[in-house]
Amino acid sequence: MSTYFSEDHEWIAVDGDIGTIGITKYAAEQLGDVVFVEVPEAGASFGKGDDMAVVESVKAASDVYAPVSGDVTAGNGDLADAPETVNEDPEGKGWFCKLNLSDKSELDGLMNADAYKTFCEGL
Amino acid sequence: MVDTANKTLRRTPLHDIHVAHGGKLVQFAGYEMPVQFEGVKPEHLWTRENAGLFDVSHMGPCFLFLKEGLGQPGAHEKISALIERLVPSNIAILKPGQGRLSVLLDAEGGILDDLIITRMPGEGLDGMLYIVVNGAVKAEDWAHIELELGDEAMLQRADDRMLVALQGPKAESVLIQHFPEAADLKFMRCAYIQKDDEKFMVSRSGYTGEDGFELLLPNNEKGLTIVEALLADARVKPIGLGARDSLRLEAGLCLYGHDMDTTRDPVEADLGWVIQKSRRERADFPGAERILKAFSDGPAEKRVGIQPLERAPAREGTEIQIDGVKIGIVTSGGFGPSVDRPIAMGYVRADLAVPGTNIDLMVRGKARPAEICDLPFVQPNYKR
Repeated sequence: MSTYFSEDHEWIAVDGDIGTIGITKYAAEQLGDVVFVEVPEAGASFGKGDDMAVVESVKAASDVYAPVSGDVTAGNGDLADAPETVNEDPEGKGWFCKLNLSDKSELDGLMNADAYKTFCEGL
Repeated sequence: MVDTANKTLRRTPLHDIHVAHGGKLVQFAGYEMPVQFEGVKPEHLWTRENAGLFDVSHMGPCFLFLKEGLGQPGAHEKISALIERLVPSNIAILKPGQGRLSVLLDAEGGILDDLIITRMPGEGLDGMLYIVVNGAVKAEDWAHIELELGDEAMLQRADDRMLVALQGPKAESVLIQHFPEAADLKFMRCAYIQKDDEKFMVSRSGYTGEDGFELLLPNNEKGLTIVEALLADARVKPIGLGARDSLRLEAGLCLYGHDMDTTRDPVEADLGWVIQKSRRERADFPGAERILKAFSDGPAEKRVGIQPLERAPAREGTEIQIDGVKIGIVTSGGFGPSVDRPIAMGYVRADLAVPGTNIDLMVRGKARPAEICDLPFVQPNYKR
């Protein structure tokens, strides 16, 4: 399994054709306390860069973009009642949805962990 | 990123303190201001339980005083008669050191700004008012006041000084270590309090729903020393604009430019209470005809509290519907950390502005159930 990162601060952990998507620790820290998350439901389809989910902090709502194209196989329903999970474990239990990737070559445009770390340091 | 191509952002005298405390700076009302320090939610909760220090030097404090006859008998009545041409509140009736909320009105009765007008405390200062307007519109407000009253009164800006607010249940016990007489002040009262060889303007007021004070301090070492001493107290933390907004929303307080503007009159903004009976009877304020009609016939729309019944916050601009028909709009909305749920306010058709009325909030195309509710969401802790 490999994990990739986008410049919009999403991560995607890919296992075969299925990718699990969430927002990075850096993004969660920038947002502050998450009070609401709207994740997509199974069956929804997204193109790379589409608005896929919304994460709301006390101050503002932020869009989360699909880092790659695909069909949603599952949304993380636990976040509805426990949005704080996104702050507590953004790159684990705070995942947003699982996607059946429609074009794995899109992963080539994303960063690996080291490249993403360097990217954040430059912000 | 902040656009600084044509105009430089102003910094308040406390800029270095914000940076030293790790404040995340953003552009606000032409200033570089801290939106948060450790985080909106912890700062909000800290203020409700302890004491928060807010830099509000970007706001518009000023003094308005008679060109002639300052301190003489009848001077307060004269300066009141002047400002009452522009605001619908009874200013003449204020006692020395007493302040009140009012609204600056345009000729049609639309709200140009909300402001606090205080009769200066103490001997010899009759004929002078201490006025604080909003930072975002202070230039326009001051130009308007000078244009209308400039022949007889002088306006002195004080926004080159430090204006700080200390808010929260522990604000009094913190402040009296430096200004013991502050304990004697009641809500919306102000005093010139002696400290060492100087007097400082302290008022018991704020924008959080908590007990607290606002201090106008000189932009020098003395002012800085006071702010640093307050921040050095373990009960005090610096608080950013983010928590200031969530605190005031929970307290049901309006934000100018959002919850009211020139398209709204005070009656629909549910601020009819700033127009005292004597002024309604005299009907001598700008837009009196429209405003008095709104009092007698009822306004077309009215500002209300909105309680979303699910966890999704409804932000400013969210459409309010009943059975698919638009009946209003959210003007402020977010999450209230103290009530631990989303909260909002907005305008709805006046006949539907009844607490308990079921409404839909159109959040990202989905109807989210909510109901009209009373304001505020948290009961104020003012020291009356």
